[in-house]
Amino acid sequence: MTDHKVKVAQQFIEALPFARTLNMRMDMLEDGIAEVSMPYDARLIGDPGTGVVHGGAVSALMDTCCGAAVMSHPTAPKGTATLDLRIDYMRPATPAQRIRAHAECYHMTRTVAFVRATAIDEDENRPVAIATGAFTVEGAKPDFKGIGS
Amino acid sequence: MSKAPKHPRPEPVQVVKQRRDAALTALVAAVPYAGFLGIGFDRRGDELTAVMPYSEKLIGNPVLPALHGGATASFLEVTAIIELAWVRLWQEIESGELDADDLNAENLPRMPKTIDFTIDYLRSGLPRDAYARARINRSGRRYASVHVEAWQDNRQRLFAQATGHFLMPQNDG
Repeated sequence: MTDHKVKVAQQFIEALPFARTLNMRMDMLEDGIAEVSMPYDARLIGDPGTGVVHGGAVSALMDTCCGAAVMSHPTAPKGTATLDLRIDYMRPATPAQRIRAHAECYHMTRTVAFVRATAIDEDENRPVAIATGAFTVEGAKPDFKGIGS
Repeated sequence: MSKAPKHPRPEPVQVVKQRRDAALTALVAAVPYAGFLGIGFDRRGDELTAVMPYSEKLIGNPVLPALHGGATASFLEVTAIIELAWVRLWQEIESGELDADDLNAENLPRMPKTIDFTIDYLRSGLPRDAYARARINRSGRRYASVHVEAWQDNRQRLFAQATGHFLMPQNDG
């Protein structure tokens, strides 16, 4: 990814107050694939007994990453919103570690984008959570081949 | 002196309210993420209504503007978990098993763990206060299924709903 693209991607995140509040960082954004990460933060703890981050914060990271993946799709949607999102929490994220989400917009129609995402911490081989979702698509290029057929 | 009453007199209403409110306050205070989002709970008897007051930091689409889907998802998941924990805590407080005035992070019952959570976004979240109520559809020894509804101005017009499965903490460890 070029420096320019990285900059544009980071600006995308910084335009979202909630993503900024959680200190999210865009690590990659290209052709329907996005990577967004978030540092460990004591304010996000859901269970003080273990120090594990609340599922809702992981959900917010996944939602942001999925939305970014949709926006970066080659059909160039002008806007998107989450229709539904299902998260499976496979294990607690390890406290004090950064959480990284990778999302892929794997199918696009004129009106709906289908996305899946995985979240990991430093133990990359054991996902923390996976998500699948459907997103609205607003104002995609009408001449894009292979959509809505 | 009058004769001792056959049945103990009911507790004064303030004592009952104070005990229940103290238990709820301790429970919500034990979840830092709820405080971070500004989420509070109104109580009527054992019924809880979660309230997430509007704050600029919750916005995800500054153009509309609309609440971030992640903020909404977090609100619903916090509501579901607090409801599950509350039902159990209520029983323990009312039976006298736990003393509400002496609750802290150490002796509070352990929190349920989310197994999966599915959120439907029905309309965009407006830049105003949001409310939510959770309904426990099934609560077994190990697993629970919870449905949550969230609305803003109009109770009949939900802006989001969610269903989730939770792993219940085992008391015997």
